[in-house]
Amino acid sequence: MPFQPISRRRLIGSAAAIGATAFGLRPRRGFAEEDRTVGFIYVGPHDDFGYNQAHAQGAAAVKKLAGVKVLEEENVPEDIAVVKTMQSMIEEDGAGLLFPTSFGYFDPYILREAPKSPQTRFEHCGGLWTPKDPKNIGSYFGYIFEAQHINGIVAGHASKSGKLGFVAAKPIPQVLQNINAFTLGARLINPKATTQVIFTGDWSMPVKEAEAANSMIDQGVDVVTMHVDSPKVVVQTAAKRGAMVCGYHCSQAALAPQAYLTGAEWNWVDLYPKFVTMWIKGESIPNFYRGGFKEGLIKQSPYGPKVSDAARQRADAVKAQLIAGNYLIFKGPIDDNTGKIAIAAGDALVQTNSSDTKLESMHFLVDGVLGSLPA
Amino acid sequence: MSEEAAAGFTAELRRRPTRPLRGRIGAALETVLIPVAALIVSLLLFGVFVACAGVSPIAVYRYMIEGSVGSWFSVQNTLTRAAPLLLTALCTALPAQQGLLIIGGEGAFVIGALFATMTGVALPNAPSWIVEPAMAAAGIGAGGLWIGFAGALRHWRGVNETISSLLLSYIAIAVLNQLVEGVFRDPASLNKPSSPAIADAAMIGNIPGSEVHWGLVVGVVACILAYILIRHTTLGFAARIAGGNIRAARMVGLPVGKLVLLFCFLGGAAAGLAGMIEVAAVQQRASADLITGYGYTGILVSFLARHNALAIIPVAVLIGGIGASGGLLQRHLALPDAATVVLQGIIFVVILASDALYGRLPWLTGARG
Repeated sequence: MPFQPISRRRLIGSAAAIGATAFGLRPRRGFAEEDRTVGFIYVGPHDDFGYNQAHAQGAAAVKKLAGVKVLEEENVPEDIAVVKTMQSMIEEDGAGLLFPTSFGYFDPYILREAPKSPQTRFEHCGGLWTPKDPKNIGSYFGYIFEAQHINGIVAGHASKSGKLGFVAAKPIPQVLQNINAFTLGARLINPKATTQVIFTGDWSMPVKEAEAANSMIDQGVDVVTMHVDSPKVVVQTAAKRGAMVCGYHCSQAALAPQAYLTGAEWNWVDLYPKFVTMWIKGESIPNFYRGGFKEGLIKQSPYGPKVSDAARQRADAVKAQLIAGNYLIFKGPIDDNTGKIAIAAGDALVQTNSSDTKLESMHFLVDGVLGSLPA
Repeated sequence: MSEEAAAGFTAELRRRPTRPLRGRIGAALETVLIPVAALIVSLLLFGVFVACAGVSPIAVYRYMIEGSVGSWFSVQNTLTRAAPLLLTALCTALPAQQGLLIIGGEGAFVIGALFATMTGVALPNAPSWIVEPAMAAAGIGAGGLWIGFAGALRHWRGVNETISSLLLSYIAIAVLNQLVEGVFRDPASLNKPSSPAIADAAMIGNIPGSEVHWGLVVGVVACILAYILIRHTTLGFAARIAGGNIRAARMVGLPVGKLVLLFCFLGGAAAGLAGMIEVAAVQQRASADLITGYGYTGILVSFLARHNALAIIPVAVLIGGIGASGGLLQRHLALPDAATVVLQGIIFVVILASDALYGRLPWLTGARG
């Protein structure tokens, strides 16, 4: 936040405002009548170089729309606090559209609040909306593992040791999709490549994340990627240790301009203004919305200086196929890392815009991943 | 020491100090005026802090009042946030009567919530008048034994209770994570490992006509009961003697060890009950979301209340109000969330520093030694 001295005019303005409040005038209703209010709620800091920053960038894009007022609140935990924040945005600030962005806000909090405020639209990132849920809830999510697959291709080219590292939060399907897609990408280039996985146990564990990155680099890993809320620590640790890194959530290139190869990014900057515009026009936003590169929900960070021409060409070719919609990442036969068949020949886990939960219930690590899952 | 001497000693401790009327009124005034003055000083310091960040302090005060007590909605917001703190603060305040510093309320909260959930899940079809008391008993028992264990380590093994209770919190959180990601996981909870939910009928709901859940009433009653226990029973009196001078307490034959175990159990029970209420009134299932930090905020509340069980009530409301207004400060003044943490920190330091003023304001209390 910029530190600036408080001007006398501002002080007088505030004093006048407090006077107005005393006479029962509600100053916060003072903005133009046609302004529509949209609220964004983040589970962590809005400038975390990660999950929350990606959403905050989307919110910043919404701010540029005319006639829209944006409210933001950060560090809102997944308990009664998010209920109170949603209610407060609706009742005290007149918000008509909310983006409570953390996965854990969905069930039970959004599911419980939505029927109480039928005039409010709730747009949630990652939730699995089903037709029996309230109609004023929408859930959207991106197939970001497509971008992790591109990360893997770039990493497979860049790695000299063939040893890759993945710092992961929890062994849940969304994380496993990323680990597997990354490994499959790397093995397209180097069939002997391995991905060492370390689970830290929670979404924001800076000390454990640094320890995990360090220990993998000690073992010869030379490209690291991650799925944690804030990749900042892993990126900085890898760069300091002379390893290369693929980013996640949003671009961390500014933190390590040399070591940063590329990254898997959310493209909320495009999606949020689109949703808000639809809402203002009174068009219906889909209740269940999924997509990858093709639908523009995700994007790839620009390649860093250490990415070779061969790597760029291969990565761009696969990306073009994904955009065209004729490339499947999880296409059988795929073995898991215990020697069992994970996806049989002729079978595939398809990225589709439906609530088909085959992808969403992934519970295996592909051959080439060093690590194990709880039973 | 003979029984007679012991009785005499006890009577001496019991005797109210004979003080002139002005002194007595002054002493009562002192306990109100000093914290209020400390609060005002804290708010002024916070004003300087936000002014340095380029935000008008007047606007900050305005939104703080609006966000915490300015409307029926904000009052309910404040009270909802205060509810769990009433109970978790007791986890520090009760053992503190004996001079024990327990900072493991978070662990008791988590373990109480976990066992309450297990009980609720095990009784899916039982009527609510059976499930709710059973869940409460599980929460109280589990939380009580958790902190009671820290007390037992202190009593039998001489282990420092501050360290052991803190470390026990980490164990409680690890146990919770292990179970909800393993045997106690609902297979349908794909991307957010959680236990199965307790039945809708087992939820305890809100106080009629409000959005505040019954945990507030439970918390206030618990604080009043704790006050009576500490101030108006021989048990509480014995605990305070042990806290004042443990050798003297042993000399007069007080069962110091049993008192340690009992007060640690009661403190943990309060936090465990808070955990049960969190599940039965808010979260409905066990997951990593139970690591709310209420246990740690409870330590702050207990210290600000100077471990007085009745004073916990206004202090919890104060901290709840700061939390409730934090959203408005962020949304309308673009202050970072950390601003409310800074305010809590300032209040904490100023109130602790104001302790030095007690008995040193001769114009208020008359001449005192």
